Amino acid sequence: MKKEKKSLLSKILLGLTATFFYVPILYIILFSFNSSRSLTKFEGFSLRWYEKMFADSTMMAAVAYTVIIAVLATIISTIVGTLTAIGLSKSRKLIRGMVEQVNNLPILNPEIVTGIGLLMFFSALGVKKGFLTLLLAHVMFCIPYVILSVTPKLRSLDPNLADAALDLGATPMQALWKVIVPQIRPGIISGALIAFTMSFDDFVISYFVTGNGVNNISILVYTMSKRVNPSINALSTLVILLITVALLIVNIIPIIKEKKGRKLT
Amino acid sequence: MKQFRNMAVPYIVWMAAMIVVPMLLIILYAFTNKGNDVATIRFSLENFARFFSDTVFMSVLKRSLYIAIVTTIICILMGYPIAYVIANRSEKSKIFWILLITLPTWINMLVRTYAWMGILQDEGVINGFLGLFGIGPITMIHTTFAVVLGMVYNFIPFMILQIYTALTKMDKSYLEAASDLGANRVQSFLRITLPLSIPGVISGITLVFLPAVSSFFIPKLLGGGQYVLIGNVIETEFLTSGDWNFGSAISLAMAVIIMISMYITKKVDNDPTAKGRGSN
Repeated sequence: MKKEKKSLLSKILLGLTATFFYVPILYIILFSFNSSRSLTKFEGFSLRWYEKMFADSTMMAAVAYTVIIAVLATIISTIVGTLTAIGLSKSRKLIRGMVEQVNNLPILNPEIVTGIGLLMFFSALGVKKGFLTLLLAHVMFCIPYVILSVTPKLRSLDPNLADAALDLGATPMQALWKVIVPQIRPGIISGALIAFTMSFDDFVISYFVTGNGVNNISILVYTMSKRVNPSINALSTLVILLITVALLIVNIIPIIKEKKGRKLT
Repeated sequence: MKQFRNMAVPYIVWMAAMIVVPMLLIILYAFTNKGNDVATIRFSLENFARFFSDTVFMSVLKRSLYIAIVTTIICILMGYPIAYVIANRSEKSKIFWILLITLPTWINMLVRTYAWMGILQDEGVINGFLGLFGIGPITMIHTTFAVVLGMVYNFIPFMILQIYTALTKMDKSYLEAASDLGANRVQSFLRITLPLSIPGVISGITLVFLPAVSSFFIPKLLGGGQYVLIGNVIETEFLTSGDWNFGSAISLAMAVIIMISMYITKKVDNDPTAKGRGSN
């Protein structure tokens, strides 16, 4: 009886959560098919905003830049961040503490501060604002999140395991890949997820460091939302579709692998 | 284990260039005046004096902090139960719900904020729904409510994911041991689950409070052009009025205020969890 009541409560909570998260998203999708410009009244089904979007080369370029930057930044920051976190976990306390302090700066700092800092940094170096500055900036703010999500996993790791592997004749590379990495994998995956999310979603830092016509989706939406433009809804729907497919793939592969692994053992 | 130490070296170099140097530039600009050459550099506190003596800037600063604190508290109060419920579900259900919560964060923040613009309008869905019961229309767009709602909506997934991670990382045998020793559910929650999940809450706070205090597109889209937070002031200084020195000073002041509040949060965290971590 008590348990039933509890599970009912938790079901209601989860239902409300799903409603809260998805009403705005469904709203965007619905209004992307609206035949009028209105964002509040649905006046009939049409694909005119999709036609407009695909014909718009700046919109298509922004989608491409967003995806390319996010993928590159995630790959680079996940590798560098994980290796750095492992390296730091074996470093002396003093160095580790100092690096962690500096590493926390982009996280503790508001994005806007990071953005203007990089803006002044690139302008001091004389680097032209554009694709390169955008990528460098994204890698810069993604790595700390990877380190932050991998480090706790390393802390709860038994250091003797890697030592044992080395004693038993494993090379450091083998100890790394076969002993350390598998145990911190959840941290690496969540770090990569956060990095991708941060990069894909980023507006503030990108807004300050980009230029030369290189825009991502966020900047485009920001400049476009000043006047009503339902093509934004069409663009968003496209993004939602792409990301849902990508996320499903990312999440289904490990489940399939695990099932295969279970059969083997 | 010294073999792995060198792996941190490239990042230390990168960090010095990409994190430390830009910070130093902000400090340099904040303490100097416009038009200074490197050769004739003169330090002054003028920018800070201008910021802290201006009542308009001060009320903007206060409003920014107030909104960020309210947003963070709401995110904890809503996020903790959600994370707790998800963490206690079956493996498959966990994956499903975490996916459900992660998915919106992958969709552009500006787009999600833009969606609320339509929903919150006087003639939008919420007022349409309330109208069925003869209520309203209630003005929601361009109010503090709209700004906080937009922030909670955008930032709460980070809180949920952090708490969820802390809860699933927890060794379930502690709970079995507690119940074997006669603790009831409330006791074992208060004395085991909660302390062990505090680190998740703390990193959640970091991920929510920071973007909230400095956000400038949420107040612009949902609060309207008149709703100015500290981020909007900085944006204007850098991109419209072009006063990098004054903009740097405001940014630096904001960064310092935030670091102090984060430091306090971390200190508060260290007391209760020291015991929790010690028992590992």
